[in-house]
Amino acid sequence: MSAAVDSRAASSARTSLTLNLLRLRTFIALFAVVIYFSFAAPNFLTAANIVLMSKHVAQNAFLAIGMTFVIVTGGIDLSVGSIVGLCAMVAGGLILHGVDLHNGYTLFFSIPEIMVIILVLGVLVGLINGLLITWLNVAPFIATLGSLYVARGAALLVSDGATFPNLEGSAALGTTGYAFLGAGTIFYLPASIWLLILVALAAAYLARWTPLGRHIFAVGGNERAAALSGIRVNRVKLFVYMFSGACAAIVGLIISSELLAAHPATGTTFELNAIAAAVLGGTSMSGGRGTIGGTIIGAFVIGILSDGLVMMGVSSFWQMVIKGVVIIAAVVVDQAQRKLQQRVALQQMAQLA
Amino acid sequence: MTEAATPSDDSDIVLRLEGVTKVYSGTVAVKNADFVVRRGAVNVLVGENGAGKSTLVKMIAGVEGPTAGRILLDGEPVVFSDTADAMAHGIGMVFQELNLFGNLSVAENVFASREIVRHGRIDHAEQERQTEALMERLQTGVDPRAMVDDLMIGQQQLVEIAKAVARNARILIMDEPTSALSAPEVEILFRVIADLKAKGVAIVYISHRLEELMRIGDYITVLRDGRVTGAKRMAEVDLHWIVRQMIGSDAKDFSTPGDHTFGGEILRAEDVSLTRITGGYAVDHVSLSVRAGEIVGLYGLMGAGRSELLECVMGRHPTAKGRIFIAGRPVRERDVGGRIARGLALIPEDRQRDGLVSILSVAENLTMASLTKLAKGFHVPARAEAEQVKKEVRDLSIKVADPKLPVSSLSGGNQQKVVIGKALMTTPQVLLMDEPSRGIDIGAKADVFRIMRSLAAQGIGILFVTSDLDEVLALSDRIAVMSQGRLTALLDRSEATEAKIVAASSIGHGSAAARQHKELTA
Repeated sequence: MSAAVDSRAASSARTSLTLNLLRLRTFIALFAVVIYFSFAAPNFLTAANIVLMSKHVAQNAFLAIGMTFVIVTGGIDLSVGSIVGLCAMVAGGLILHGVDLHNGYTLFFSIPEIMVIILVLGVLVGLINGLLITWLNVAPFIATLGSLYVARGAALLVSDGATFPNLEGSAALGTTGYAFLGAGTIFYLPASIWLLILVALAAAYLARWTPLGRHIFAVGGNERAAALSGIRVNRVKLFVYMFSGACAAIVGLIISSELLAAHPATGTTFELNAIAAAVLGGTSMSGGRGTIGGTIIGAFVIGILSDGLVMMGVSSFWQMVIKGVVIIAAVVVDQAQRKLQQRVALQQMAQLA
Repeated sequence: MTEAATPSDDSDIVLRLEGVTKVYSGTVAVKNADFVVRRGAVNVLVGENGAGKSTLVKMIAGVEGPTAGRILLDGEPVVFSDTADAMAHGIGMVFQELNLFGNLSVAENVFASREIVRHGRIDHAEQERQTEALMERLQTGVDPRAMVDDLMIGQQQLVEIAKAVARNARILIMDEPTSALSAPEVEILFRVIADLKAKGVAIVYISHRLEELMRIGDYITVLRDGRVTGAKRMAEVDLHWIVRQMIGSDAKDFSTPGDHTFGGEILRAEDVSLTRITGGYAVDHVSLSVRAGEIVGLYGLMGAGRSELLECVMGRHPTAKGRIFIAGRPVRERDVGGRIARGLALIPEDRQRDGLVSILSVAENLTMASLTKLAKGFHVPARAEAEQVKKEVRDLSIKVADPKLPVSSLSGGNQQKVVIGKALMTTPQVLLMDEPSRGIDIGAKADVFRIMRSLAAQGIGILFVTSDLDEVLALSDRIAVMSQGRLTALLDRSEATEAKIVAASSIGHGSAAARQHKELTA
């Protein structure tokens, strides 16, 4: 009898160990790729390379943070890549050409003003997405697919398809200093990384400690129940698309600032990387589940994986294959964890009864 | 323990379960049960939720295999590998949740998975012809070409039945077929059942509605906690016998009414109406009031507009008309959130669909509606939240190892308590409860009733919907009855009788309901 109890205790200890390993899987994956590339790729662990990789990761991570909230509500935002392009182009246009007031004068904005304008632009596109989805009841996939095209087209229209080069600005117009966001450093770290840390912490706080954050999860888990609990479902949805738009605007600013040039194709297919990072980090596509921390780690896994493979000289064709396999594997493992978790919960219930 | 089934003529037994047991991981759903199914008769299975009825019929229909015991079909032991296998043996099942393809036509549904194929393509004309004949036989008047999604829920139920009949089922299992039907649709269903019976089909019928079972059953088997506690001819039993076998004692534990006095009027609804999309009123100019500390029971048949009335009061339907007053002051807020802030709270009828976010934890579900109240500025303080959760878990005696566990891991009764707890955390003045005891076991029911009493004693006004006569009589301080969207009676506890309530609930239903009424009061 006591032997039976012992074996049961042992098996439940084993399950909880497995469960913990599964929970930490994205972390473990991150460790694995870092360790692997440290040996396989020379220069991988140098400070310069780490900073460079972080900057790559940051671009994806911003989008993935916004995407996580959207996916948690049960939606999807395909338009973020195009918003990146549109924002980069509008920023470039404002720096180079200003706004023609059609009375002989041209209005130029300072860099901080431009940044605010671009953020508002991103939020506006997100607002349009949100209104389409809540007011007009368009499925999120379709609504944001539409705005993907519209925003990309608008980005091309800004310059007739041309690149805005040399965004150094001019001292006379007070438009210098754009390069700082993309290339500047504060305390040894790139400004964009500080910004990412700031946004990620704010997003994580929002998710965990504010009513709005919890409402996002409730809406994604069961919209009807959320509505009957007095949660303003439409407002929550508007917020997540606007937030996603703002994240995309930040990326548009960072990229054009880093290159000191704005190209209308900037950000093409970025939305897919963002979705991949969120999913890799444990966000459930059916809504209600996901964490900002997981998403950040997911973004790092994807970023380090592609940069490491490049450094190893793996062909870009194989890189795609490997990335795809990693994403699918992540979801398969995720399912396994869910099942195990459910079983553990049932066991606990049975013990209680 | 087991009363022997009346040893009548055994020649009409088509199916027999002998000492069947079904064990799920950890729990025993059915223990050593004997059950016989007779041809040309309605074999009723009845029991509280979780008594094992559904598990038992799933074994007959081949969804599950028994852990122990055997199934005899025409005297021969059989083992069904799956539902298709059972179907091949002439056993069909109409599931509680409809298994229809809403995007396909009625004919396509009836012939799903066994399409009539000619020259490599589906012969739609022939399928539709056969379906039409079948529908005529069932006297349903459903167009075989209609999309299932366009049908009313009752008609969909009939299509589901037609599916089973089309396969020439000798044994037809119906798991709560009337739970979604309106009174006229129930009549159609009963006519179909009578027709099938006459053709020698054996029907296994599960329902919670005792009134209904008494009316159409021929044989009755009662389950309690997975055991068969009684099996008799319907003619030999009465309601009291059934209830006694079901719950082990004569009366349910409704807990005694407190003798507190009522306060002033806390909720007044005036002229509430809601039009149906199909025309007519779902709620037809209903006016009702609840005093502080009072429990008002709202009785009626399915589709009487009771749930809709609660939803209107709660602000769920933007098109609803009428005026709502809380403690004498008009409620101008149009949406659910605003009305919760004014002190209204709703316990919805369908826990899974409307009450819970099943992937979130017990704690997160409990605080979901009151987060803004808990929050200091933007911040929800963890300690305050945990304390609130702990208090609610204790007050409602929710059985959970850790509030961080997903709410889906709880039993039905405890889930219901979580939904109630969520509503209570908004500190409501008026609690609207839609079928608060639906789908939970007897112990949890008693808990819920006790909670309702104690809330009323604290001065909360309660308006609750129920389809259970005993429940409405035992719990309510006043009883409101609705029929076809209208308020047809408002009775004080002292003057309310079963007969009066049933009569009021069938106003406007014509002869069918009147007949039901007569049988009940006889």
